[in-house]
Amino acid sequence: MTLFGTRIPMMTSLIFWLLVWEIVGQLELMFLIPPISSIFMAGVELVQTGSWQSASIITLRSFVYGMALAISVGVPLGVLMGRVKVIDNIFGLWVNMFVSAPLSALVPVLMILFGLGETTVFVTVFLFAVWIIVLDARAGVMQVPASLVEMGCSYGASRWTIFTKIILLSALPEILAGIRIGLIRGVKGVVIGQILVSVIGYGELFELYSRSFDMERFWALTMLLFVAAMLLSAGVEHFEKRIEYYAGAR
Amino acid sequence: MQMSVSPAKLDNGIGASKEAPITRGQAIRIFADERRSFWIVLSLAILFFAWEVAGRIPISFAFPTFSETILAFGEMVADGSMLKAYILTLQPLVLGVIVSAAVGIALGVAMGLSEKAEWLLAPVFIVLQAAPMAALVPLVTFVYGIGLTAKTLAVIMLALPVIVLNSYKAVRHVNPSLVDMCRSFQGNRMQQIFKIIIPDASPVLFAGLRLGIAAGFIGVMLAELLITPTGIGDLITYHRSVANYAHMYAAVASIIAVSTLTLAGLQYVETHLLRPEKRRK
Amino acid sequence: MANPALVRSSGINPITTSDAVVQVRDICKNYGDIEALRGINLEFERGKLTTLLGPSGCGKTTLLKIIAGLVPGTSGEIIVNGRVVTGPGPERAFVFQDFALMPWATVLRNVAFGLELKGMASAERTRIARRYIEQVGLAGFEEKYPHELSGGMRQRVGIARAFAVNADVLLLDEPFSAVDEQNRRKFQEDLLQLVEQEKKTFIFVTHSIEEAVYVSDRIVLLSPRPGRISQIIDPMIDRSATPDDIRRDAGYLDVVEEIWQGLRQYAE
Repeated sequence: MTLFGTRIPMMTSLIFWLLVWEIVGQLELMFLIPPISSIFMAGVELVQTGSWQSASIITLRSFVYGMALAISVGVPLGVLMGRVKVIDNIFGLWVNMFVSAPLSALVPVLMILFGLGETTVFVTVFLFAVWIIVLDARAGVMQVPASLVEMGCSYGASRWTIFTKIILLSALPEILAGIRIGLIRGVKGVVIGQILVSVIGYGELFELYSRSFDMERFWALTMLLFVAAMLLSAGVEHFEKRIEYYAGAR
Repeated sequence: MQMSVSPAKLDNGIGASKEAPITRGQAIRIFADERRSFWIVLSLAILFFAWEVAGRIPISFAFPTFSETILAFGEMVADGSMLKAYILTLQPLVLGVIVSAAVGIALGVAMGLSEKAEWLLAPVFIVLQAAPMAALVPLVTFVYGIGLTAKTLAVIMLALPVIVLNSYKAVRHVNPSLVDMCRSFQGNRMQQIFKIIIPDASPVLFAGLRLGIAAGFIGVMLAELLITPTGIGDLITYHRSVANYAHMYAAVASIIAVSTLTLAGLQYVETHLLRPEKRRK
Repeated sequence: MANPALVRSSGINPITTSDAVVQVRDICKNYGDIEALRGINLEFERGKLTTLLGPSGCGKTTLLKIIAGLVPGTSGEIIVNGRVVTGPGPERAFVFQDFALMPWATVLRNVAFGLELKGMASAERTRIARRYIEQVGLAGFEEKYPHELSGGMRQRVGIARAFAVNADVLLLDEPFSAVDEQNRRKFQEDLLQLVEQEKKTFIFVTHSIEEAVYVSDRIVLLSPRPGRISQIIDPMIDRSATPDDIRRDAGYLDVVEEIWQGLRQYAE
């Protein structure tokens, strides 16, 4: 937006909203909404506590393991689906189904199969993230321009060279886009998994704070999660832009 | 399907124009290529078979076979508990989606049309969409208790950001040439919006609505498992607590199937009604 | 170079005629720091087809959109029928390079769209639209959707739509660039026929020298960065000859060559 001739960056409106929040909080209209300044103070205190630190490590561990598995399963499966018609036909239905299915309903099943612990959360992260990674990798491989592959053939490249040097590289922007959305979904997965399991990590803390009506800490934890999710997504997006630099000319 | 020609085939017969009779293998292949339903049935069969085998081993005491799950499903349909649960689950879902659609499309379109609305609202919804909103679901109970309102709100919390951002994107990606065309024929702002922008944006608006409904399903399940055990969430929780695993699996599988069928139906509507350029002749 | 078929008037002040429908006065256009157009002065005569020709980046489309009122000029003014232009008006109709057809509407509704916006009754605008659909040779396609038509047919829809509003001035922005070569030639011939029949003023943008020489009464050559008028050429082509004879005519070929010599310095 431009105001009085100067461009105001879009994200600055968040400052405006935080101000509104602060005012609403100061007016003490609702116990649910404490002023943002006291949430911030609670946040600073929170990150120094041992319980937050150990919860963070648990959360991070399930997230990293889940994402690592999702990427190492999702990308090869997507590439295979893009290259081999039979695999595409067999898995296509399931991938398309689970990419938008209410996976939150599946968490109780995971809870009885894997117990009320980190494994369940780890599997939840995997299930939330993997499908979109598969779909995007598949789309990336399928839209590799035929002329590029023909170019490789005409210069005598072997099938393996064509696959690694043309198809995979050419699909890289889509694969990365899939991983970025997968990461965002993974964050949602780790939160949903932990909240439903509710005895480990942030799930335990959320449970504790909401039971004791400790709104400052509740919000501080939420905000930390939001910020982490945004930073993660911005980080991958930055990386993606560097890759898209060459993809843009396609 | 990739066809390959073996050297042997090239050798025998210089007059290659001779038409070879279609072998049975080829016939199956052609059939498989043309029938999507064939692959759907096949991939369903493979999964259900794998499920059955895994249940028979069994891989876990809490892993019923596919046939047990189907029987449990039939039982729950027969005694009416399934229908009752769906009535309870679909209420907040439908309500939440209607509210999210009305508010979301209005806000998204406004953001796409006005720079001020964009500045004010877009960052908020970008944050809300990327953030794990599920963390906020427990808060809803504090204000609205555990009734229909709380569940509806949970649906809105998850569905609204998706719908808003997709509507916004839809309007921003309207073909500028069409808007110029409308202006060149002296179309006023209202005509531009209602005769060009909204029709041109409608396929993406609708797709956003579909994604919003998918998010709404996640929201309603979350609410039912977390806040208030009613509907399908109650079936899942109850049967888990009494170790009726087949019934629990049937409930989980049914909600996933219902959501998939709903979304597939909407996608069908989208391609067949909203996009004349993709419609089959 | 004495060419009888060529009457040339160069410089930035063309001959002023009393019958100018569109006057361009001192138009400049800047996009931020980039100067797209500088000091354009032009007059367009009634019933003639004038072409804006130049290499890419010379601002020819920008100038056309300024005349259309779709893009505001940074300074200067456009006068159409004696009135200063502040935006699009009913006396001007635009034909778009990418056709700008509504994919959700039939050929009939697309052609009648200009009339629909004016609030004309459905029966009336349908009648007019049908007439122009027939005139551009699309009779029988009224109920088809744009995606069912070829590129050439789509642009015929765009042209019919522009004619249907009965504007004095038709602005054509590279209308045939997305049409294949064979169809483009047919189009050019049809366009000449329409100019003859309709007695309207045509302002035509193209980057094809042959196309410009073939269809134009006057060619305005623009030079790039910033866009300025470098030359104005009146190719006095005898239009009574058949299209094939014109394309072989020495005068026609000389004008093409003349323009190419003027433009080759801008080729990359």
